[in-house]
Amino acid sequence: MSKKNPEYDFKWCPGCGDFGVRRAIEFAMINRLEETGLPMENNVVVAGIGCSGNLVHLLEGQQPYGFHGIHGRTLPVAMGVKMARPELNVVVVAGDGDFLSIGGEHIGPQAARNLNICAVIMDNGVYGLTKGQSSPTTQLGTVTSSTPYGKIEAEADPLELYLTLGATFIASGFSGQPRELAKLINQGMDHEGFAMVHVQSPCTTYNDTYELMKGNARKGIEPLMYDIPEEHDVSDKGAAYNLVQQRGMPVGVIYKDETRPSLQQRLEEIKAKAPRRSVEELMDSFAF
Amino acid sequence: MQMRDFVVRFAGEGGQGVVTSAEGLAQASTQVGYHALTYATFPSQILGGPTWTQARVSVDPILSAGDDVDVLVAFNREAYDSHREEVREGGLVIYNSNDFQLDGDDRSYGLPIDELARSTGNNRAANMVIMGALAHLVNMPQAYLEEFVEARFRRGRANDDEIIDSNNLALKLGRDETSQSGFVLGDLTPPEMPEYPQVMLKGNEAICLGALAAGLDFYVGYPISPATTILVFMERNLVGEGKFAYQVSSEIESITALLGGGYAGKKAMTATAGPGFSLMSEGLGLGWMAEIPLVVVDVQRGGPATGLPTKTEQSDLLACMYPAHGDVKLPVIAVGTVEECFHGAVKALNWAERYQGPVILMTEMALAERVQNIHRPDLSKVQPERRMVYDGSNGYNRYQGYEISPMPLPGSPGAYVANGSEHDEMGDTTHLPSRHVQMTERRFSKLKLLEENEYEAENADEPVVVMPWGGSKGPALEAYNQLREQGVPVGWYYTMLLSPLPPQMLEELKQKELVIVPELNYQGQFSGILRSQGVNAVSITQYTGLPFKVRDLVERITEMNNSHRKEMVRA
Repeated sequence: MSKKNPEYDFKWCPGCGDFGVRRAIEFAMINRLEETGLPMENNVVVAGIGCSGNLVHLLEGQQPYGFHGIHGRTLPVAMGVKMARPELNVVVVAGDGDFLSIGGEHIGPQAARNLNICAVIMDNGVYGLTKGQSSPTTQLGTVTSSTPYGKIEAEADPLELYLTLGATFIASGFSGQPRELAKLINQGMDHEGFAMVHVQSPCTTYNDTYELMKGNARKGIEPLMYDIPEEHDVSDKGAAYNLVQQRGMPVGVIYKDETRPSLQQRLEEIKAKAPRRSVEELMDSFAF
Repeated sequence: MQMRDFVVRFAGEGGQGVVTSAEGLAQASTQVGYHALTYATFPSQILGGPTWTQARVSVDPILSAGDDVDVLVAFNREAYDSHREEVREGGLVIYNSNDFQLDGDDRSYGLPIDELARSTGNNRAANMVIMGALAHLVNMPQAYLEEFVEARFRRGRANDDEIIDSNNLALKLGRDETSQSGFVLGDLTPPEMPEYPQVMLKGNEAICLGALAAGLDFYVGYPISPATTILVFMERNLVGEGKFAYQVSSEIESITALLGGGYAGKKAMTATAGPGFSLMSEGLGLGWMAEIPLVVVDVQRGGPATGLPTKTEQSDLLACMYPAHGDVKLPVIAVGTVEECFHGAVKALNWAERYQGPVILMTEMALAERVQNIHRPDLSKVQPERRMVYDGSNGYNRYQGYEISPMPLPGSPGAYVANGSEHDEMGDTTHLPSRHVQMTERRFSKLKLLEENEYEAENADEPVVVMPWGGSKGPALEAYNQLREQGVPVGWYYTMLLSPLPPQMLEELKQKELVIVPELNYQGQFSGILRSQGVNAVSITQYTGLPFKVRDLVERITEMNNSHRKEMVRA
């Protein structure tokens, strides 16, 4: 919303990573507006359910279109919008629970289609809005309200998952660096295909990972985060696998395949060959 | 004996030509001016498995598949054993004597179908052998059949003549062989070619054409019997600028992609059957809540869960009307004939645009696969509607007020959040009691825009009336006609518009002593809905996976009418 709305009573907790992601998305949309000259209403933000989904109501300044639907279904909704109106810039925002657990079934098909959208995943490793249950990215052994004796499943590795499923743009970022994150999101928006920007966005209430990410020299904690070295070849899938399988949280672009056409490009190519018949002509084919 | 009508059932293994024979007979008959209708069931496997199709040919327009079989064409022994008892007294069995031999049935004869077809040099002419045999039995002139062969096989190929000759020879061989058997059924009255233009369509094809005529832009779907043919048609034919047809990975993807397409301004539709419809439940609630136009076609099959995928039933009505949690009631249109499939699809798309929300178009297995000659729909009379679109500047409140308001489209000013959480006028989430009251009333008020007095009423002054819905219309109308001929005082009501019901019709029904509702489900779903709206309605139910027989309806309506009258006298 562009100005404060007294009816809207949702708040992120102080220090929530989602503030930074919101800022980054605002920057990215403004950048795009300046680059393309297209108005803000050319952007559509499709949000999932959870703390992260509220981002669509909390955007400040000029307002894009928003879609705040049902849990887990951001990707097919985004496909509907994009394939209906290919000229729109479609951005998905969803949390790790929404995107990887209940919505996990949609990642593979959209990667195979190479749907031309940019998905920003806000990973806090916990279900925050329902007050702290275990999510796919919660670490093994973690005690949460739904895993009182410790989590017993292996944690998902989203970056490796996206690579395996065939996403054609994969970046990893941190909510604490909104300017840098905005650049990654802009690259994702510009990519002609399925772009994943996976963001570590810590939950200060249920899973505070700031120290883990940034490290703490005083306590002797090494940071998990590190910048991807400049010599990394983003077009090399093998190199990308090596990167995501190493310990630590790489920041930057991990993989980019610009050779595969997007769903829309393939569709246009195929449909150009299809015969176009009017309803009258189709009706004629059943006449006798 | 003069005959106005005859019914042939073809039974055998999937892949033996059961369906093509029945559809061929229907096409040949309509070509020369008869009316025809087929009724098909399929095995749930690709090849093999018992299957049968019935074709009814008549001098008059046809309402139902026909209660009694005049001729059974049995392709194998199992088919003979399963279907023999459906053949009426005095009817006949033609069996494929190249497959099995039959002794002791004096109303049967063997036709060496494969051998005769082979002898024409065209193995694919087997169904012409059968058609020749049938033509002899009802004394249909050979010229009619040759006319059909000419129309069907003259395609400008080098070997057209060869193909036509072999098919004509097949017709003749089937006819001669039958003539030697000594059997005849009667003389089919010569046809009267209808004066109006005709098309020969399946129910699902008619839905596709109706949707295209109404301006469909966007179709997504997932394969499921008996709705798959709609997806296949759309993938092939919904092409061109701004059009999109696509197979997605589940019905959850179907409904949510549809929501995205409808939100972005497209006329969007999908088709599914029971299991897929259940998966769409949450998405349909979102469409109602966020006010997004879209159409879901439910091609009903039998039973809950996987149920009876290839049988017919009318048991999804409550699910279609109340598909989701919370206060939701969706508009429902249910079609009863192939012609209505076309017009119902047009109306469903128009309704979705008009009230800005999801509309359910209900049809059923027996209609989906039925081939029938119908009056060609006049496309110039189709009036596609378009939603009210917002064309002002930014700062608009999309959900303002208690009634419908213009809808902004992405890309243009008027940005808002389409929200499945309860929301304020801008689409932001809220929990204010007064807001929930306003928005709930707003959503329900829009249904008033769909109240139309489109219904059939005949002998409407009778205190007892018959009122079927959906595909039970045909057999119920045939039963009603017979009852009137017998002097039974019952009236007739029918509408495609099940929710909201035509208000005028509802008022009239409330005045009736008894409304008899034939429907194919256990609970009597539609009569329950009518009773909840103050109509004294009682169902005639059937849940066999098969359509009603006219005879059964005549009997049960008569019984109900008699016992009602006795009660009235006692009172």
